[in-house]
Amino acid sequence: MPERNQYQVKTLTIDGREVCAAEDQTILEVARENGIDIPTLCHFDGLSEISACRLCLVEVKGNNKLLPACTTQAQEGMEVTAFSPELMEYRRLIVELLFTERNHVCAACVSSGHCELQALAQRLGVSHVTLPYLHVKCSVDGSHRRFVADHNRCILCARCLRVCGEVEGAHTWGITGRGINARMITDLGDRWGDSDSCTNCGKCVTVCPVGALVEKGKAVSEMTKSNFLPYLLQMRREARQ
Amino acid sequence: MQAYPVSVPLPSDDKRWKLVAATMRRHNYNATALIEVLHTVQESFGYLDDVALRFVASSLRLPMSTVFGVATFYHFFSLKPPGEHTCVVCMGTGCYVKGAARLMQTIEEIAGVKAGQTTADGKVSVVAARCIGACSLSPAVVFDGEVIPRVQPATIRDQFRRWMSHDA
Amino acid sequence: MTHDELREIAEKERDEQSRVPRKLNVCVAAGCLSLRSDQVLDALQTGLRERGLEGGCRARGVGCMGLCAAGPLVRSEPQHTYYRELSPGAPEVLSAILDNLDGRPVPEFALSPDLPFFAAQQKIVLENCGEIDPERIEDYIAADGYEALLSCIAGRSPDDVVQEIIRSGLRGRGGGGYPTGLKWSMVAKAPGDRKYVICNADEGDPGAFMDRSVLESDPHRVLEGMIIAAYAVGATKGYIYCRAEYPLAVKRLKVAIRQAEKLGLLGKRIGDSQFGFEIEIRLGAGAFVCGEETALIASVEGRRGEPRQRPPFPAYSGLHHAATLLNNVETFANVPPILRKGGSWFSSIGTEKSKGTKVFALVGDVMNTGLIEVPMGITLRDLVYKLGGGIAAGRQFKAVQTGGPSGGCIPAQFLDMNVDYESLMTVGSIMGSGGLIVMDDSKCMVDVAKFFMDFTRDESCGKCIPCRVGTTQLHRLLERISEGNGKLEDLDTLDRLGTMVRRTALCGLGQTAPNPVRSTLKYFREEYVQHIAGKTCAQGRCPCAAKPAACTEKQGEPTDAGAKSIPG
Repeated sequence: MPERNQYQVKTLTIDGREVCAAEDQTILEVARENGIDIPTLCHFDGLSEISACRLCLVEVKGNNKLLPACTTQAQEGMEVTAFSPELMEYRRLIVELLFTERNHVCAACVSSGHCELQALAQRLGVSHVTLPYLHVKCSVDGSHRRFVADHNRCILCARCLRVCGEVEGAHTWGITGRGINARMITDLGDRWGDSDSCTNCGKCVTVCPVGALVEKGKAVSEMTKSNFLPYLLQMRREARQ
Repeated sequence: MQAYPVSVPLPSDDKRWKLVAATMRRHNYNATALIEVLHTVQESFGYLDDVALRFVASSLRLPMSTVFGVATFYHFFSLKPPGEHTCVVCMGTGCYVKGAARLMQTIEEIAGVKAGQTTADGKVSVVAARCIGACSLSPAVVFDGEVIPRVQPATIRDQFRRWMSHDA
Repeated sequence: MTHDELREIAEKERDEQSRVPRKLNVCVAAGCLSLRSDQVLDALQTGLRERGLEGGCRARGVGCMGLCAAGPLVRSEPQHTYYRELSPGAPEVLSAILDNLDGRPVPEFALSPDLPFFAAQQKIVLENCGEIDPERIEDYIAADGYEALLSCIAGRSPDDVVQEIIRSGLRGRGGGGYPTGLKWSMVAKAPGDRKYVICNADEGDPGAFMDRSVLESDPHRVLEGMIIAAYAVGATKGYIYCRAEYPLAVKRLKVAIRQAEKLGLLGKRIGDSQFGFEIEIRLGAGAFVCGEETALIASVEGRRGEPRQRPPFPAYSGLHHAATLLNNVETFANVPPILRKGGSWFSSIGTEKSKGTKVFALVGDVMNTGLIEVPMGITLRDLVYKLGGGIAAGRQFKAVQTGGPSGGCIPAQFLDMNVDYESLMTVGSIMGSGGLIVMDDSKCMVDVAKFFMDFTRDESCGKCIPCRVGTTQLHRLLERISEGNGKLEDLDTLDRLGTMVRRTALCGLGQTAPNPVRSTLKYFREEYVQHIAGKTCAQGRCPCAAKPAACTEKQGEPTDAGAKSIPG
C-alpha cells in the first residue's frame, strides 16, 4: 500500500485551463473536479468504465485519435481539448442516433425532466432529427412487482448490468444478441418478475439514466432518481484523499 | 486455476450429457471454457435449450445472464432445434458478386423461408454464412455438411425438392 | 528431441522419398476436396496398384496448389505438370495420366508450370503448400521443418530471435501492418512471468481464405512460428483461435499438435531444453468482431466478443491480464523461413516499407481464381491480368476490392499502383488480410457498398453507439438509394455520418466500417447520383432497376429527410 503522500501531482491543461491531477485520475475525473462538464452517458461514479457511449471523447495533442476521457489517465503536460466544433458535431450526431434507434417520446415518459438523455439533447442543441427513425422493436416488461423495464427507452449503457454485478452481486442483468438487436435481459431472457437471482434491490432503477427502468405507478415526469449509494461514494472519495 | 468439486446432477440420463460434463471436466470447470462447452452442447444436441443453459451455468458457476448473453452473441449457436437437413448459403463477397443473393431468393420462393429459419415441416434449416472460404468455387452452398461448388438456382430447387418430398 | 535427432528424421524421410522417383500430388485442401479430390486420390492409388507401379510412383494427398478454380488439381512430378478439373467420374482421363507418367502430359487437362499464374509467384509462406502431406510431420521435417525452432533453442538467445524478426521488417499480415518485431519486443519486455501467445485464425473477411489454406496445407509451419515466438517472448501457453466454419483446418491442427507433442517439439522440455510451451485450440463461434484483438481475447476467456478500449494494449495486459502476443496465421507462417534464412534475406524482398511477400485470395470476375503469393509492391495490373488472367470475355474491369469490410474499392485509374501497405492506404483502402475481389462492369458499386454495410451492421457487437446505430443508419441510407428513393442530400449525410463513425467508434471494426462507402462515393459518385436522380441502376442489380421510374415510397419509411422535432 503506497503512502498517500507518495501520490505525484500532475499538471495538464483542459481547453487551455491548467488543472492538477492525482496519480491515478482519469481526464474525466479531473475535468469534473474543475467544473468542466464533459458529457457522458455510460459512465457512472462507482462503476467500472466501458467507454461505450463515446460522448466523452476528447482530443489530446500529439495523438491523432480521439480518446475517451473516462478511461484515459491524466498525464503530466497533457494538452486536452474537451470542447471543439468537431467534438460537438460528433456528440450531437451520437445523441441524434440514440433518438432514432428506439422510441424516446419525452412527452409520454415518466422520466421526462429527470432524464440524462433529454438533458443532454437540450444542452447540445439537438432539437430535431434528420436521420430516418429505425424504430427497433422492443418489449415492455411489467412483470416485476415494483419496477417496469421499458426496453423502448433503453440506450444500452449497461449501467444496470454493472451495478447489478459489481455492487449488488446478483448478476441478474445481462445483454443478449448483438449490434442493433442487442437487448438488456434478466437471467435467461425470462420475465424480470420471474427472475430467481433478482434481489429486488432497485439499484438498477436508480442508476438508469433514462426512462427504461422505472418504478411502477408513476405518471409522466414523476420518476425521480435517488442518490446512488452516497456512503459508498463518500468512502471511496475519502480513501483517495 | 482452482478446480472446484462440482455436484451439479446431470439434467437427465441422456448419455449426451456425459459428453458435456466431460468437456467441463477437461477444462476444470473453469468459466473461461464456456464457449467450448456450448460447442459441445450444440454438437451433441443440435441446439442449446434452457435446460442445457441452466446446467452449464450452474456447473461453471456462471450467472444465467452471462451464459445467455454469450449463447446469443455468437451466431454459430442456435437456441432452436435445427431442421432435419441444413442448407448453408455462403454470402461472402466472392459468392455475393457471383449471385448468392439470387440463390437465397430461390430458396425463399420454393421453401418460403429466409436465412435463419426452418421450414414449417421441420425438414430444412436455412443458414446464411459469412464466408465458408470456398471463394474460388463461388457461389457455394453447403448441403448437410457437403460443400457444393458453383451452384445454380436449379441445383437448389432439385435439392429442396428431394429434401421436402422425402418422408423418411 | 535433440537437433541431431531431428536431422536424422529429415534424412531418413528424404531418403525414402527419393526412392520413389515419380509422384502424383493430389490437392486435398477444402476447395478441391469439395470437388471430390479424395475420390480422385483413391482412384489414382488403385490405378497404380493395378498397374503394379506402386514402387515407381506414389499418389498422395497434399495441400493447396493455388489454382482452386481449376480443381481438383493434381501435379505430376518430376515434370511439374499440373492436371486440372479431374473428376472421379472420368476414369479414362485418370487412366491416361497413369499411362503417361514418363511420357508427354495428357494435353486436354494439362497446365504448364510456366503459366504466369504459377511462374509469377514467389512462395515463402506457401512454399510447402502442394508439396507436402499436411497430416505427416515427417514431410514437414524433411522440408527443413522445425530446423529453425531447434537452432533457436540450441544456439540463440530470445532477444537475438526478436532482433532477427525486427531485422526482417516483417509486418502483421492480419490487416493493420504493425511491425511484428516491435510487438514481440514489447511482449518480451513486459513484466510478469506468465505470458501468452495467441494465433488469430479467425479469418472473417468475406472473400478471403488465405489462412484456411495455410492451416489446411501446412499446419506445422504455423505451430513452429508460434513456438519460436513463445521462446522469444517467454510465453508458456498458446492458443489458436480458429473459426468453427473451418472444420478441416481444425482437424489438421489437432493432428499436427499431437504429432509435435509426441516428438517433443511441443510440451515440456522442447528440444531437451528448459523451455516448455503448450498450444490449445479455441473455436470461434461466428462473430467477425472477434478478429479484433481485444474481442478475440474476450472470446478466448469465454465471454461475449466485445472489444474494449485500448490502452492497455494486449502486449501489456491481454489474456487473463497477462502480457499477450497476438499475431495472425500468415504472420506466424513467415517466422520459420525468416529464422532459417535470415532477416536480411527477407527484407531484400518487397518494397522499402513493406517487406516480404503477401498471400492473396484472388476471387471474383477474373479467369484464374485462387490463392497466390507475390512479392510486396507488385502492381494491381499484374495481379489482375498476369496472374488472374484478366476479365472474362466481353466484360471490362471495373474495380478491385481489398481489405474486406474494412477496405475500399479501387478503380481502374490505379491499376498501375504498387500493392503495399502505404499505397493502398493512400487510395482509401487497406491491405487487410489479403482478400482481393475483382469486379467487372456488371457490378453496381452502390450494391457493393450496401453489401458491406449490411455485413458490418450485422457483425457490429452493439457496445458503442456510433457503430451500433451508425452502421444501421448508413445501411438504411444505402438501401433507400438502391430502391430509387434516395435524395442528393443523402450523399452528404453518408459522408457526415461516415466520418463520425470512423472517428468515434470504439474498435477497428467500427472505425473502418464506413470505408467501402467512402471509397465508392469518392470514385463512383456518378453511380450514386444515377440511382438518386435517374432512379435506376445501370447494372440492373438494385431494386430500383426492377421498378418503373416512379418509385413508390417504401411503407414506414419517412417521406422526407426534413426536420422532425423531438417531443419534450
